[in-house]
Amino acid sequence: MKEVNLELAIQHGLKEEEYKKIQELIGRVPNLTELGIFSAMWNEHCSYKSSRHWLAQLPTKNKRVVQGPGENAGVIDIDDGDVAIFKIESHNHPSYIEPYQGAATGVGGILRDVFTMGARPIANLNALRFGSPDHPKTKHLLNGVVAGIAGYGNCMGIPTVGGEVEFDSSYDGNILVNAMNIGVAKKDKVFYSIASGVGNPVIYVGSKTGRDGIHGASMASQEFDEDTESKKPTVQVGDPFSEKLLLEACLELMKTDTIVSIQDMGAAGLTSSSIEMASKGDMGIEIDLNKVPCRETGMTPYEMMLSESQERMLIILKNGKEKEAEKIFKKWELDFAVIGVLTNTKHLVLKFNNETVCNLPISSLSDAAPKYQREWIEIKEPEAIDLSNKVKDINLKTMIEKLVSHPNQANKSWVWEQYDHMVMCDTAQFPGGDSAIVRIHGSKKAIATTVDCTPRYCKAHPYTGGKQAVAETYRNLCAVGAEPIAITNCLNFGNPEKKEIMGQFVGVIQGMKEACTKLNYPVVSGNVSLYNETNGVSILPTPTIGGVGLIKDVQQSVNLKFKKENNKILIIGKTEGHLEQSILCYDLLHLNKGRPPKVDLDEELKNGKFILSMIGKGLLSSVHDISAGGIVLAIIEMCMSSSIGANITTTKKDLDRIKYLFGEDQSRYIIEVEEKQLSKVLDEAKKLNITISEIGKTQKDNLTIDQDITFKIEDLKKLNKEWFYKFNN
Amino acid sequence: MKASVIVFPGSNCDRDIKVALEKFQIQTTMVWHQESTLPKVDLVVLPGGFSYGDYLRCGSMASKSKIMKEVIKHANDGGYLIGICNGFQILTETQLLPGVLLRNKNLKFICRYVDLLVKNNKSAFTKKYKSNEVIKIPIAHNEGNYYGDKKLLDELNSNDQIVFQYSDSKGNINDESNPNGAALNIAGIVNKKGNVLGMMPHPERCIESLLGGTDGSGVFQSILQ
Repeated sequence: MKEVNLELAIQHGLKEEEYKKIQELIGRVPNLTELGIFSAMWNEHCSYKSSRHWLAQLPTKNKRVVQGPGENAGVIDIDDGDVAIFKIESHNHPSYIEPYQGAATGVGGILRDVFTMGARPIANLNALRFGSPDHPKTKHLLNGVVAGIAGYGNCMGIPTVGGEVEFDSSYDGNILVNAMNIGVAKKDKVFYSIASGVGNPVIYVGSKTGRDGIHGASMASQEFDEDTESKKPTVQVGDPFSEKLLLEACLELMKTDTIVSIQDMGAAGLTSSSIEMASKGDMGIEIDLNKVPCRETGMTPYEMMLSESQERMLIILKNGKEKEAEKIFKKWELDFAVIGVLTNTKHLVLKFNNETVCNLPISSLSDAAPKYQREWIEIKEPEAIDLSNKVKDINLKTMIEKLVSHPNQANKSWVWEQYDHMVMCDTAQFPGGDSAIVRIHGSKKAIATTVDCTPRYCKAHPYTGGKQAVAETYRNLCAVGAEPIAITNCLNFGNPEKKEIMGQFVGVIQGMKEACTKLNYPVVSGNVSLYNETNGVSILPTPTIGGVGLIKDVQQSVNLKFKKENNKILIIGKTEGHLEQSILCYDLLHLNKGRPPKVDLDEELKNGKFILSMIGKGLLSSVHDISAGGIVLAIIEMCMSSSIGANITTTKKDLDRIKYLFGEDQSRYIIEVEEKQLSKVLDEAKKLNITISEIGKTQKDNLTIDQDITFKIEDLKKLNKEWFYKFNN
Repeated sequence: MKASVIVFPGSNCDRDIKVALEKFQIQTTMVWHQESTLPKVDLVVLPGGFSYGDYLRCGSMASKSKIMKEVIKHANDGGYLIGICNGFQILTETQLLPGVLLRNKNLKFICRYVDLLVKNNKSAFTKKYKSNEVIKIPIAHNEGNYYGDKKLLDELNSNDQIVFQYSDSKGNINDESNPNGAALNIAGIVNKKGNVLGMMPHPERCIESLLGGTDGSGVFQSILQ
């Protein structure tokens, strides 16, 4: 065995003071296996050592929250004894190294987090961010990631119903792959990961353990450099077929009365699963590593403990129930092995070839893990800048064409048609809408879900950006008629040891906190991904928010497609023409200075409630939130999705017209209303003090702006659809 | 009417087809692939999914499952048998239906609604459709590119075995309306006897307007007739 010393500890990603602390905690020099275990538990990915202090400030409760952060996934009550269980997680680093497997196992991992808790997964989403389309790796990464997500989710038979795809050069060396899953369970049949009962057997089920993914979590806690390619062996290899069997076997087992607790083996595999379960129950755990099913011969305790082989679970069974459980796993042709026992020693004890190869206090690995109060600097809101000179001469018609054909606004069907978004036969709203809608099987209710973030706003002013990301998901849920309930978050940032990056993190958290509190829309689960940097260059701060809402009667939900000609089109919310950090300035004119649009949470709440009540009364034919690209893109999207045109009048001239059409003021919606319902909508708006203005009417085939600019919807559709197909051809 | 749905490890449209059959009052039982007997039923369905993870070749391992002996016997005795998507692949692997299903021409999984021409509305599975009716049913597959040599294709044509073809919304059969490169735009065929149907599109996914359409209903209504 290698001699353990400071140098080896540093190679394991530990700092000098952390290595010292380990020796103090256990009163001796750890052996190699123990060092590996410490490095796995103490890295950023598993310990949240830089972020924990700040995460604790986020609100985590409302009357529907059953389980907040701290479990495999969050749980919310969706009435009738049902709960929705969901979480989002990053798989950024592995996906950059090996896009297909990295993305596939990202999906596999998040699925296990959800079905571990007793839920049948019903919807996958993902938020993907790639470098500039001109970057030589982008096409390869895009194709690999999308195929990987498709390969895993499709085989599992779980629909992938929504997501985001965005390109920005800040992701050139560090793409983001955030995968979210939602499952549904009965409230009284939720399973947790807290171990209990001295003498209860510890069971290993699923695939065999191989040498893949060793130190994956440590890898995900480091910056990238030129040697990144050499890290391929740290990427796990996925087998969705095994996971499908594991899913069915676990759900079958959960119907029996045999399980004490259950936890998936995700990052840091057997190490983190066994330690987390024991730690939560304040128990000890003893494992005989000779019993661990191995795929390869000659695996050492070090390798077994640090492998991140996929499709594995750790289960604490009630004593004596082993036979009953084993029968189920045999039926599904999966490995089942009793590998250990719960003890009262509060130690993790590992045996191999009749020798003790590890004996560590559980608390030294979990509670005693380092926590850092990283230094940070407050990032202030930038000065307002006047962009009038830069935009006053643009040609509106050309700019609209550029807008709809820009990769970030282009139709993403090339992506989502590779995902089976219909399997399970409950997808009531396909990708491309404001939120996906998935019916709860066998009922008339549905959940709506969306993932959103505007990283350029977060970069300009993290506090506003954090607030905006939360508010945008809220708006997208309201837009389909769903009552927003709670969020999950995936916080993707650069190196937290840099003060500005930590400042971004803190600012975003403070903004999120305010939005979640005000909107009564708490965080129930999430994940933090730091060190998203290559050669010292950080990504845009990207706090991906996954929102989940409830629709009581799915037949009442609405979408963004215009329904018929000669209906009224109205704008809800205040339009001030905020151009700084808009798509027009940032992506089309490359002016990335200035403030993001302000987010008035009172306005957000008020407008959201108004939209929900109007949808509830059946008064709205279609609804779309106004976000990136402003009013003009929102209307075009409503036209393109329905092939119905619109005739709009801005009553503004030149500069003001550009501001009006492209400005990205928040808390706004576009609604389509039948003439005969108009007075009811206006009356209600007046009563509730809602800002509402008429902008035009739906019409046949064309989009007309102020009678002087006309587009054929078919032409816009073609422009909008072309980009992905050409790029990937 | 009674039906059995065969469940292989990796099947994932098994519940969907059961829900659809039951919606049309067809009593449905699920049969695990390791069973050695089939209940007495009028219809057997091989559902979509990734049986055995699509390893080796799509449908190949499932075609050797224990229950398949009984399924083949059921078909040879004249019972109705439908294979949808992966089920169609299994049927070609058992050679109950001729031809093979290759990878899609663009080498990608494709999930979307497509237009289909009902080429033969006389079969037991399509008689509720009008002759040359164009319907919309979704596909969701990676290997749906039907291939057969000229002799086989001529035979399928002359025996009226082609029941569904990918078309445009007016019923024109051309390359633009062919999503996966299938020979003659074939989306579904029956055997010579007409009691075995294989189709790549998923009729069970469009029997409810909430989910995007109801054009799949015709398949189930036809069997009931």
